Formats: sequence, structure tokens, C-alpha cells
Amino acid sequence: MSTASAYGLLGAVLVGLGLYGVVLQAEPLRRILAFNLLGGGIFLLFGVMARRGAGAGFSGDPVPQAIVITGIVVAFAATALAVHLLLRLQVARDVPAPPEEPRA
Amino acid sequence: MSGAWLLDGVLLLAVPAIALASLLSRRILPALAAFVAYGLLLALVWMRLGAPDVALTEAAVGGGVTGVLLIGAAARLRMPEAEAPPGWPLRLLTALLSLGITAGLAVAVLALPEPAPSLAPQAAAQLAATQLGNPVAGVLLAFRAIDTLLEAVVLVIAVIGIWGMAPDGAWGGRPGPEQLRLAEGPVVLLAMLLPPIGIVFGIYLAWVGADAPGGAFQGGSILAAMWILAWLAGLVRPPRIDSLALRLLVVAGPALFMLVGLAGFVVADGFMAYPAAWTKPVILLVEAALTLSIAVALCLLVAGWPMRRARA
Repeated sequence: MSTASAYGLLGAVLVGLGLYGVVLQAEPLRRILAFNLLGGGIFLLFGVMARRGAGAGFSGDPVPQAIVITGIVVAFAATALAVHLLLRLQVARDVPAPPEEPRA
Repeated sequence: MSGAWLLDGVLLLAVPAIALASLLSRRILPALAAFVAYGLLLALVWMRLGAPDVALTEAAVGGGVTGVLLIGAAARLRMPEAEAPPGWPLRLLTALLSLGITAGLAVAVLALPEPAPSLAPQAAAQLAATQLGNPVAGVLLAFRAIDTLLEAVVLVIAVIGIWGMAPDGAWGGRPGPEQLRLAEGPVVLLAMLLPPIGIVFGIYLAWVGADAPGGAFQGGSILAAMWILAWLAGLVRPPRIDSLALRLLVVAGPALFMLVGLAGFVVADGFMAYPAAWTKPVILLVEAALTLSIAVALCLLVAGWPMRRARA
């Protein structure tokens, strides 16, 4: 088995671990953490495809590599959005909503 | 060669172990520390897969900036009362589901076609036309420029989404908590010593990205990390979010990229096509603007939404 395939299996294991965490963790912050573990595994699978496509003097196919760079940054943006929603939710729970005005 | 095998073996054991530690740790801070280590180990895996550009991004964004974001949130969030853990049928079902997906992916990995399909020859053939030396930069800024543009726009949308969470009356104020817990101790010294080096390194990474591993994302995230460090140490304050200069900085990169793309209709073959003689200067200009905007957007994504009522 080639080194790339071994890392491909690692990616598969990480996806499974992350998925287990996303489904079963109780705390939302831990779910976000598990979502990032899962993402790392998926990116790794892309990296394995890139590595197997090495050729033309490059150490890997640059197209999947570039897509993964994009993916890591987008995953961060999604994580930031989720984390700040969580923080906002806590503030919203602390401040009870004002009573609704009766509608005419 | 034996050294490389040893490194592969250690990584193949350590990465799942640290992922498991991150999932199973009872307290949240050790779990997050394990996650940062996971990001750094993954960066080593990317080096072993011959992808230094991805390794830099994973270490800076995947481990570093995401880690700071999550640890900052953990310090501010009250952890909910421990709920009863899910019952064994649900855990068993989830374990079976996860195992099934892992097994399916493993079979897919082992059954990949030989020889592997690859766009490397096409990228190599066209790279000379872009006058770039780094094939990944060629893909990001020329061959698949539209992906990079959309990704830069996603960062802007995420910033708008987070600002939109501002409570009534706080709109326009400075993002993030007013008082940070870290504002004393060794972090202040680090925040004074590191940024001069980090800023030079970040700009270097962005500049060298045209011909060597590096680029706008990697350089931008190092620059962002330097600001975040100074912010955590209480040395700088984020600007008000109604500042026009700040908003212009956030959109400068994507806006310039889009303008260049539209100009392609007039001076080249179509959307996102560059005129042949100007390819490299245009790419460098777009990359510089993107680096700046990415750095500012990453800082704002960590800082969050304005909390206090804004004083006019």
C-alpha cells in the first residue's frame, strides 16, 4: 500500500470520528469542534487524490490542493459564524425579550 | 527512506489519537488544546503529501486562528448543565453509522483508479502563460480564479452575518468584548515582540506565493494572527464597525478581483481572463489586495459582533 493510500485511510478514520462527535456531543461548542475534525478528514481525502495525481514535475495535482486551501478558509468562516451565533444566543437568553405590544 | 517511514508511522498513529483525545476529553479546554495540536499534525501530514501551500494554510487557519476563536468562545460561554449522556441505542447506532461511512470511504480510497486522473499536466502546460512559478497560485488566481473570488466573497458575507448579530443599539460600535481576560502577563510581552517579525513574514509569504509555497491566504492569516495577538494582549482595539475605512478594507480585495474579472470582457477573452502581457502584474496586484482584505476579514471574524451600545 502506498503512503498516499495510508493517509487516505487516515482521512476515512477522521471523518468517522468527527461524524460520531457531531451527532453525539451534547455541548454545541464541542459539536463545532467535531465538525472541524470531520472537515480535516475530508480535506485529507482531497490531499490524497492530489498526491496520487502527482506528475509533470509537481509533487501533487495543484487543482485539488488549491480547492482545499479555499475549503479550509470557508470552513473557518462557517466556524466563526457558528461560534458567534452561540455567544449571541447566550446573551439573548440572559436578556428576556420585552413583552409584546398588543396589536390593534 | 526509513526516516520518512518512521514519520509516516508516527503521524498515522498520532493524528487519530489526538482527534480521539479532543472528542473524549471531559473538560473543554484540553479538548481545544488537542484540536490545535491536531491542526499542527495535519499540517505535517500535508507536507508528507507534497502540499506545502496547504500545510501553511492548515497550520495558520485550521489550527491557529480556529483554535483562538474556539478557545476565546470557551472562555466566554457558560457550559450548560451536564445533560444525561445519550442512551446506548443511540450511541451504538451512531457508532455503526460512523464506522459504515469510514469503511465506505476506505474502500473508495483503496479502489481509486490507476493511473490516477490528474490535471497536473494541463496546469504545467499553461503555467508558463501566467508567468507564475507556483502551480497552486496559478490555479487559485488564473485557472480557477472564480473559486477564489467566491471564497473571498464568502469571507465578506460571513463578516456581515456576524455584524448582523449586534444587539439593538450596539450597531456601529466596536466588535468583541470590552474587557479581555488576557490583558496581562507574558502574552503582552509576546504581543510586543512577535508582530514586527510576523508582519514581515506575512508580507513575505504573500509576496513569495507567486513562485514558491505561500500566497494571499497564508500571508493574510499570519498578518491576522499578529493583530489578534495584539488584541488579546489589550494593546490594540478593533475599529468601530461603522468606520468607512474598515468597510473599504474588507471589500477591497474581492471588489478589485471582480473589476479585473469584468475588465477581462473588454481587454481579454472573457470574464476573469487576463490580457497576456499583463498577466503577472495584474495577478500580483489582485493578490496584494486579497491579502489585505483576507487579513482584515479574519480579524473581524474572530473579534465578533459589537456588544456595547455605541456612543456617537
